Amino acid sequence: MSRVSRRSFLKLGGAGVAAGAASLAPAAALARGQARNPGATTLPYPRKTVGKARSLPENQAVSFNYPDELSPCAVIRMGYPVPGGVGPHGDIVAYSTLCAHMGCPLSYDPKSRDFKCPCHFSVFDSEKKGQMVTGQATENLPRIRLEYDKKTDTVTAVGVDGLIYGRQANIL
Amino acid sequence: MKEIDRIPLPPADARKTNMVCHFCIVGCGYHVYKWPFGKEGGRAPHQNALGKDFRTQQAPLSGAMTPAMVNVVEEGGKKYNVMIVPDRECVVNQGLTSTRGGQMASVMYNPDGPTRERLKYPRLFTGDDWVDVDWSQAMAVYAGVTKRLLDTFGPDAIMFNVFDHGGAGGGFENTWGTGKLMFSAIRTQMVRIHNRPAYNSECHATRDMGIGELNNSYEDSELADTIMFIGANAYETQTNFFLAHALPNLTGDTLEKKRKWFKGESVDKGRFILVDPRRSLTAAICEMNGGDRVLHLRINPGTDTALFNGLLTYVVDKGWHDKAFIAKHTTGFEKTIKANRMSLKECSKITGVPVADLKKAAEWAYKPKKSGHRPRTAHLYEKGIIWGNDNYRIQSALVDLVLATHNVGRRGTGVCRLGGHQEGYARPPYPGKRPIYIDQEIIKGNGRMLTVWACNAFQSTLNAQEYRQTLYRRANIVRDALAQVRGGSTEDMVGAIFDAVTNRGGLFITTIDLYPTKFAQASHLMLPAAHPGEMNLTSMNGERRMRLSEKFMDPPGEAKPDCLIAAEIANTLKAMYEKEGNKEMAKRFSGFDWKTEEDAFNDGFRKPKGIDSQGGPTGHLVTYERLRKLGNNGVQLPVKEYKDGKLIGTEMIYTDYKFSTKDGKAHFQPAPWTGLPEMVESQRKKYRFWINNGRTNHIWQTAYHDQRLDFRRHRYPMAPIEINPEDAKELGIESGDVVEVYNDFGSTFAMAYLEPDQRRGQTFMLFGYFNGNVGDVVTSWTDRNYVPYYKGTWANIRKVSSMKDYKEKVSFKRRRYV
Repeated sequence: MSRVSRRSFLKLGGAGVAAGAASLAPAAALARGQARNPGATTLPYPRKTVGKARSLPENQAVSFNYPDELSPCAVIRMGYPVPGGVGPHGDIVAYSTLCAHMGCPLSYDPKSRDFKCPCHFSVFDSEKKGQMVTGQATENLPRIRLEYDKKTDTVTAVGVDGLIYGRQANIL
Repeated sequence: MKEIDRIPLPPADARKTNMVCHFCIVGCGYHVYKWPFGKEGGRAPHQNALGKDFRTQQAPLSGAMTPAMVNVVEEGGKKYNVMIVPDRECVVNQGLTSTRGGQMASVMYNPDGPTRERLKYPRLFTGDDWVDVDWSQAMAVYAGVTKRLLDTFGPDAIMFNVFDHGGAGGGFENTWGTGKLMFSAIRTQMVRIHNRPAYNSECHATRDMGIGELNNSYEDSELADTIMFIGANAYETQTNFFLAHALPNLTGDTLEKKRKWFKGESVDKGRFILVDPRRSLTAAICEMNGGDRVLHLRINPGTDTALFNGLLTYVVDKGWHDKAFIAKHTTGFEKTIKANRMSLKECSKITGVPVADLKKAAEWAYKPKKSGHRPRTAHLYEKGIIWGNDNYRIQSALVDLVLATHNVGRRGTGVCRLGGHQEGYARPPYPGKRPIYIDQEIIKGNGRMLTVWACNAFQSTLNAQEYRQTLYRRANIVRDALAQVRGGSTEDMVGAIFDAVTNRGGLFITTIDLYPTKFAQASHLMLPAAHPGEMNLTSMNGERRMRLSEKFMDPPGEAKPDCLIAAEIANTLKAMYEKEGNKEMAKRFSGFDWKTEEDAFNDGFRKPKGIDSQGGPTGHLVTYERLRKLGNNGVQLPVKEYKDGKLIGTEMIYTDYKFSTKDGKAHFQPAPWTGLPEMVESQRKKYRFWINNGRTNHIWQTAYHDQRLDFRRHRYPMAPIEINPEDAKELGIESGDVVEVYNDFGSTFAMAYLEPDQRRGQTFMLFGYFNGNVGDVVTSWTDRNYVPYYKGTWANIRKVSSMKDYKEKVSFKRRRYV
C-alpha cells in the first residue's frame, strides 16, 4: 500500500474536499442501502471472496475492498495464530485501512506488524484485534469479519466489527 | 461481541450548542447536536445537521463522526440523542480531535452506559453500609459537624483537598463557589490542591520573577524560530496544540506566515530542542518529521537546573544576551550570573549531554540570526520540571536564561507552561501566610474533618501509601462510631462523629465527586456533582482563551454543580447560625443566594476587586451572553475592552514590558545547582531503577471516566511500566507480567511493558492510575513551597505474577511511531 505523506493529507483538510475516487458513489452501493430489510437487526453485509488462505503471502498486507469499492481493507496472514484469526492456522485477519481517527490511509508495517497513520500518528496492532497502541482514535481499528471454508480453502469477508471512518453506517 | 457499525445522524433541525473539551488544557472547540430520541436525520446533506452526504464515503479529515461521539442523554425527564463533534472553525483545534476529546459524548451520563455508576443522590455511610439520603439530610450531617468543629476548635479543624482549575470539576464558577466557602466563610487555611499536598502554585518562581506562566498564544509556536520543549510530552498531553500549532512549524508549514509577520528577518523552518531524559512519543514524532532540525537533550534525571545554568553561562560569555533589555527592564542580573555560573564542561558532566550538543542548543536558541535579529525562542515546559528536582529552583534557572536572552514579550517567544487541565481561578485570597503541608498534618493526626472535592489523592499524591493507610485508620474510628448510633437521630450521628474526631483521633471525610472514587472507600458522606455539559461553565486554556461551555443536559438524579453545592453548604450553616441568633457567623456564611452557576460567575469573576482572579480587573466586562456570541473562539484574557459589541482580548502578555512585580521589572533570581535532595539521593543510591512517571494519551487524570470505558480499560487494565528489555531479561520479566515496584516509602504494582527506548536502569510508569499507583513509591520530599518531586523516584522491581489475560489481550507493540 502506498504511504501518503502527512502534509499532502493535511492539505485535504478543508470542508467538502473529497479524496479522489472516494467522492464517487456507485449506484449499486446506493441501491443496496435502499433495499435494506426494515425488519433486519443487522446490516445487509455482502459476502465477498478475499482469496485462498494458502496463497496469501505471510506477513504482507494484501489490499481488497469491502463491503464496497469505496472501503479499502487489508488482509494479512500472520504465520501463527492470533486472536480473531481464521484459516487453517487461525492466522488470517483483515481490517479497514482507513484510520479510525480521521480516515487517513494506514500503512502496514511488516516489521512491527502494526498499522500506522501518517496524519496524526496513530498505531493499531494487527495481532490484537486492531487495538489502538497509541494515537488519537476513540475506537480500535474496524475488523473485517472473515469466514474460512476448509473444502475450498477460501477466505470470505462477511461483515465488519466497528464503524468504518467517514460513514454513518458501514453499508452505504 | 458485535461492535457498533452505524450511528444515528442529527436531523437538520437538531439543536446546536458550543462545548469546550475539558480533557486537557488545550480546550478544543466542539459542537453538540441534540435531538429527541427516536428521531434520525437522513443521509442526504439537507437531511442532517452536519450537512454531509452520507450516501457516499466521506473523505479523510472531512470531520465525520465516530461511534464515541454519540450517546443518549436525558433532560427534563425526556431522552435525547446527542452527537459531539469537533468545531472546524475553532482556532484552537481547527476540527481536530484527540483521543480524549473525541470521546466526550461517551462520558456523558447514560443510565444504560458505562457512566451508569455516577452518583445520583447524596450517600451516607451508616457504619457498615452506604445508603441514599436527600440533600437536607446530607447537609444536616455535613453542616452539623462543620458547625460543631468551627465553634469548638476554629477553622483549622476543617480541611479540604480541592481542585483549583478550569475544565471538568472546575471552571470559574466552581473555583469561586468553593473558594468563597473555604476562604471567606469557613476561613480555613488547611487546604491543599488536587495534585499536591499544600495550597501553592506550580509556577511560584516564575510569578515571583514577574512573569505569569501563560504569557503567549498557541500561534507563537507557529512563529518561533526555535521551540525548546522542557519536560513536556505535548503529543500525548497537549495533543492538538502540538498537531495544529507546533508541528506545522517544524515541517515548514508556517514559513509563509513567518515571512509575513517578520519582514526583513531571516526565517526558516522551525527547530525543536527537546529536554527530556526519556525518548517520549513526542520526541519520536519530532525526529521523524524534523530530522536534523530536532535536537534531543537526554539529560540525566533531575539535572535541568545545571543545563540552564550551563547554557546561561555560555550565552553570556558569548555576548548573546540582550544587554539593553536587561538594563532597562530587569533587576538582579549580575548577582544571578555569578550564582548560576557553570562551565559547559561541568554542565556536560552533570547532565550527561555532550558539550557539542550543548553548544548546538545554545546556537539554535540564542545566537543572532543571519539577518542580525535576535532569534525568537519559545520555552515551553510542563511536568518534567514542575514535578522535577526542586520546582522553585529549576523554574528560576529557566526564567533567568529566558530573561537574559529576551525571549518574552516578543511574538514567537514566551516562557510558558503547557499545562495539564484548563485554568479557571477566581477565589478570595488564601487566608494562610504560607502554604501548609496538609498531607503531613493528616499523617501527624491533625485536622478533624476533611472534604475531598473533585480530586482523589489516593491516586494522585506523593508518599501515597502512608497517607492512605493513615486515612483508612482515622476514617475507621469514625465508621465504628457511626455504627454505634444506628437508629439514632441526626443529632446523635453528629455527636458521635464529633466525639470520634475530638477524643479518639478520627477524621470525618466527605467526598464530592461524579463517582464513588477510590477515596470514597474511606469516606462517610458522598455528595453528587455535575460536570461540563450538565452546567454552563467557563474556563481558559493554555493561551488564556476563555469560552462558555454550554449546558445541554441535566446532571443525573440530584447531582449539582460544585458552586451550588458550596452554596447549599453555606446556606445551611447560615440558617443554623441565624437560628441561634449568631448574627456575626450568619453574615460570614451569607452571599451564597445563587440559583444558577451564572449567579456564581457574576458574584466572583465579574467582581474582581479584592479577590485573586485570572480575569484580572477587567473581568466585569465578561458576561455569559457576550461569551456565547464568541462561540468556541472566545476571548483571550485579560480582556482589554468591550467594543462594537465584542470583547477584545490579549494575545501576548508583556509586550509592553510591564512585568507582574511591584516595580514593573522582571527579577532575575539566583538558582545555583545543588544536586539531588538528600532524601531522593538516598533512594537513588539504594535502588536500581529510576521510576520516571507521567501520562499517556489514552488516560485522563485519575481515569475516573476512563476506567469505565472498554476501549481504555482493555488497553491498560493496570498501570503500565516501560522497562528496558535487557533489564527485564535479567529479572525474568516479560511484557504483560505484573511486577512489584518497591522502595523505602512503599510498594505498588504495575504491568510490565518492554520498551527498548528506555535506557538501562530507567523506567516510565503511568501516573495516577486506578490499578497500580506510582504515588505509593514517591518520597515525601517537596521544594520550599511543598511542590512534590514526583519524578524523583527510585525503586527496585520484581516479578510478581504472569497474567495470561493481559498477554493475550493487551498490545505490547512499541508506542513510539518510529
